[in-house]
Amino acid sequence: MIPASFQYTRASTVDEALAFLASHGDEAKVLAGGHSLLPLMKLRLATPEYLVDIGPLDELRYVRLEGDEVAIGALSRYSALVQDPVLREHAPLLAHVSGEVGDRQVRHRGTIGGSLVHADAAADLPAAVLASDAVLVARGPEGERRIPAAEFFLGPFTTPLEPAELLTEIRLPAQTGQGWGFQKFTRRSLDWAMAGVAVAGGRVGLVNLGGVPLRAMATEEALAAGASIEDAAALAAEGTNPPDEPHATAAYRRHLARVLTRRALQAASRS
Amino acid sequence: MSIVGTRVVRQEDQNLITAGGTYVDDLRAEALSGAAHAVFVRSPIAHARIGGIDVSEAKAAPGVLGVFTAADLGLGPHAAGPVEEPWLAGEVVRYVGEPVALVLTEERYQLADAAELVDVDYEPLDAVASIDAALDGETLLYPETGSNIVQVNGMAEFDDAIFEGCDVVVTQTIANQRVAPAPLEVRGASLAWGEDGRLTAWLSTQNAQIARSQLAGSLGVGEESVRVIAPDVGGGFGAKIGADPEATVLGWAAKRLGRPVRWVESRSENLTSMTHGRAQLNTVTIGGKRDGTVLAYRLDVVQDAGAYPRTLFLPTLTELMAVGVYRFPKVQTRSRAVVTNTTPIAAYRGAGRPEATAAVERAMDLFAAELGLDPADVRRANFIRPEEFPYRTPTGAFYDTGEYAAALDKVLDTAGYAELRAEQRRRREAGDPVELGLGIAAYVEITGGDGGGESGRVDIHPDGSVVAWTGSSPHGQGLGTSLAMLLADRLGVPLEKITVRHGDTDEVPKAIGTFGSRSLQLGGSAIRQAADEVIAQARELAANLLEAAPDDLELDVERGVWQVRGAPSSTVLSWAQVAETATGGKLTADVWFGDGQPTFPFGAHLAVVEVDTETGKVELRRIIAVDDAGPIVNPLTFRGQRHGGLGQGAAQALLEVVTYDEDGNPTTATLADYSFITAVELPDFELVDMATPTDRNLLGVKGIGEAATIGSTPAVHNAVVDALSARGVKHLDMPTTPIRVWAALEETAKGNAQ
Amino acid sequence: MKVSIEVNGRPVTEEVPDRTLLVHFLRDTAGLTGTNIGCDTTSCGACTVLLDGESVKSCTVLAAQADGHAVTTVEGLAGADGSLHPVQRAFREQHGLQCGFCTPGMIMASVSLLADNPKPTRDEVRAGLEGNLCRCTGYHNIVSAVIDASGQEVDR
Repeated sequence: MIPASFQYTRASTVDEALAFLASHGDEAKVLAGGHSLLPLMKLRLATPEYLVDIGPLDELRYVRLEGDEVAIGALSRYSALVQDPVLREHAPLLAHVSGEVGDRQVRHRGTIGGSLVHADAAADLPAAVLASDAVLVARGPEGERRIPAAEFFLGPFTTPLEPAELLTEIRLPAQTGQGWGFQKFTRRSLDWAMAGVAVAGGRVGLVNLGGVPLRAMATEEALAAGASIEDAAALAAEGTNPPDEPHATAAYRRHLARVLTRRALQAASRS
Repeated sequence: MSIVGTRVVRQEDQNLITAGGTYVDDLRAEALSGAAHAVFVRSPIAHARIGGIDVSEAKAAPGVLGVFTAADLGLGPHAAGPVEEPWLAGEVVRYVGEPVALVLTEERYQLADAAELVDVDYEPLDAVASIDAALDGETLLYPETGSNIVQVNGMAEFDDAIFEGCDVVVTQTIANQRVAPAPLEVRGASLAWGEDGRLTAWLSTQNAQIARSQLAGSLGVGEESVRVIAPDVGGGFGAKIGADPEATVLGWAAKRLGRPVRWVESRSENLTSMTHGRAQLNTVTIGGKRDGTVLAYRLDVVQDAGAYPRTLFLPTLTELMAVGVYRFPKVQTRSRAVVTNTTPIAAYRGAGRPEATAAVERAMDLFAAELGLDPADVRRANFIRPEEFPYRTPTGAFYDTGEYAAALDKVLDTAGYAELRAEQRRRREAGDPVELGLGIAAYVEITGGDGGGESGRVDIHPDGSVVAWTGSSPHGQGLGTSLAMLLADRLGVPLEKITVRHGDTDEVPKAIGTFGSRSLQLGGSAIRQAADEVIAQARELAANLLEAAPDDLELDVERGVWQVRGAPSSTVLSWAQVAETATGGKLTADVWFGDGQPTFPFGAHLAVVEVDTETGKVELRRIIAVDDAGPIVNPLTFRGQRHGGLGQGAAQALLEVVTYDEDGNPTTATLADYSFITAVELPDFELVDMATPTDRNLLGVKGIGEAATIGSTPAVHNAVVDALSARGVKHLDMPTTPIRVWAALEETAKGNAQ
Repeated sequence: MKVSIEVNGRPVTEEVPDRTLLVHFLRDTAGLTGTNIGCDTTSCGACTVLLDGESVKSCTVLAAQADGHAVTTVEGLAGADGSLHPVQRAFREQHGLQCGFCTPGMIMASVSLLADNPKPTRDEVRAGLEGNLCRCTGYHNIVSAVIDASGQEVDR
């Protein structure tokens, strides 16, 4: 299976990438690690006319502690994030989830920014950044803007990014010493999650419980009001509209969300 | 000491681990230079009338050399099965993945672009997407035949009298789900017509010679005009027997274009267009006494044959092996095969026997559960006993040798069965949400059951080297090394001097090849027979040279020399010296071993699973296996075959299933969706050895290629049901995926609440 | 576009279509057919190679993305004198391959795994090879091979 033809361009700076996007707008796709985009292109579910490869932009690969915030360059690869000492100490949930995405080969190529921009509700990282209360930093022709994670996932594979904008950084409050938990439920280890739960502080992010990555608001509110883990977890599927498929019905996913939320909250309370 | 029975690393490995082997898509042969690339345009609809096919746009696409449809083909009828399968569908498509056109281009990268432009006008028809829909008969695939049932075997009507006198009778319908063979190398072919009018076809096949005959027949040329070569083959598992219809169309296209053609399918094509396996719906009824003695057993098989029944031996073989390892006094079987708008069904590792075993082993557990007896005890009470062999079963199988109780006892001892049961009880008493389940399967299967023989040839050259040709067609089993070991043992020649060749019809014109675990017992016996003929020739020649009577000559296999018996200090002759004097410049024997009878390998497996009852997730923790296939030639590859079988069998119980929606659209058409098992879902395997010889071939061996697959599926399946038994679950169909386990628990919880 | 990749220490430069996948560059341009293709969906791992020393699935990398980088395939593992790489040796010794089709990818994934985790447990090997499918071996002997290659004793 081979992608439809396209024109490939390699950007050597962020500005170069932005300039290309500004002129080719809707016909172009940004290629980072390629592990969300290229599989779609091989199946011809995506047929862009232009690809602008930002892979070489090492300036977007970093993890830094800046005051009480952690800043992550959008092109940071999962394999780097899972091992990054700053991330492991100050954002342990994101470090851990980075090690749960795909397989080793995928983690050597896939980038955190690529995953977030793809905005797949079945992916692990969006739920983790939701639970981490992250802010996503985008650059475009008008300059830089910051979008809270809670406002980033608009619909299936849909974000507020304009065609000429590039996600450059993910910022989140340091979670140093805070409890966290992550539960991912799959048939096989290499599958996408049927359901997953990411917990950091009192926030709960849900994987594959709807068309977009979600927060389990009812659970969060119950926790804030002092409910027990069991009682709060029982509310995890409130208001969700999960995909209904034979191998994972909506009812089953809601059930999993409750069980996994309880387990993730218990792990968080122990860590 | 004989090399046979010792651990020998494979001769096959060197090229595979350093250069990745030479599979059909790796070929860079001169004959293939300038080859056109080929892709089949396949139906995206399960059942439709073809209103028309417009190829004009595709023909104009860059690099296109030809676009062909049914209307272009000048091929004779495709003689297979009770209904005719078209080479390319021209009027009606009957499954998603059915080929409707062939596109050929200069470059591989042009294929998909051009194929997208073939415009087929489909007029959808109602689809028959399940066995139930086929039996229901509201929609017919072949209206002219009046039924979707294409084959009936066994009793027309069952007679319930066989269950008279039973204290307990249990009945259950059990789905043996459709699975995909999914060899890691998909199908591929490269074909070139020579200036001499001969076709050379490199195929990823288990049987070059069968493929040769099929291609010659379908292309309307003599067998001498076709040469088939099987290069390295990346797995077959029964789904690469002979040549698929695509090969014929490609051979025709190569002739039409006047240039070589190469084809390799995509994985999505493979998962919808290579034959699938299993796909039976079986109803068992078992009755007997309260002490666990079974008095009567009934098996009613419905085989989903797919859209075009390419073979119909599966359901009848399932009937033949219905009783498994048990001495059931009264037995009834029946099978029906139906057509559906799905991918055709054919052999897959075990092919007919796994289905029989799964049915009877679930039946034994259901019977034991109904009586409240330990499933191990119920099996022991009903095993065919060692002194009863050879044993003719009520369905006509003629078992050679078996030690069924001993196999089970070995497995249970090794596993620590009593302690595992105690652990299961402890967890239940403690209310542990993670249940432990123990699953037993005892099995017997039939290998080399096709009734054919196999060819073998051995040459010994004046440099002392030995070259052997086998009609078997190994593709991962390590048979080449095993045959070399047999020759080393018989001839007294070191392994390094022995080469085993196979898979080229010009080198081995007559052969059957590899399927049904036949290769060692038939191909191995043929090699043994050829070696013995060479030895007989050498004896005469050596006698002449040493001026002794042939009967006084002996082959010293320790040293690999001929000598006069009782005079070890006298002159000895090496194989090289003897071969030098042979007419024709070498010793040679070319034989057909035709005396081989089917053999009946057997074994017992115990699977240990943990089931998380909160999520439904099953974890396979242990699998302990006896697989008795008689004397072992190479324990390394023998164990390798068992490992692979255990993994594939467990995969069927736990994960794998090919699914269609109600319109016949496949929903498992990529490896992202089809749950091919990974290393993470499997445990280390615990193998226990047992070796009961057979008298039905020269080597005393039985086949091992499929055995472990057959035992492991019901062992794991039974373990999952056992884990859930205390929560009221009596049966759940495979694969025992999390949602099915969860749904079964929800169902019983509802029942308990009422 | 013009793509230049150092393949097994040898520069390979060729003008190829922009959409060329790395695996096809290796097989068709560099002529190294050891790297196999087993699926369309980045699932099976048969096409695994090392890109700048890290395992990647070469069916999901454009040749253009590897331009200017170094790739190692199964053909590049053995020494110039033909001596086997420890992982190759162990796959043979432990019968970690049958049909051989998954083997190049499995070997390359194992080399990468051992680079990160030189003494893995059997469970760590299983997790580390989750992106590589094998239909023949049931994985048991593949795990043993990686354990063997790591210098640890194989006890089953």
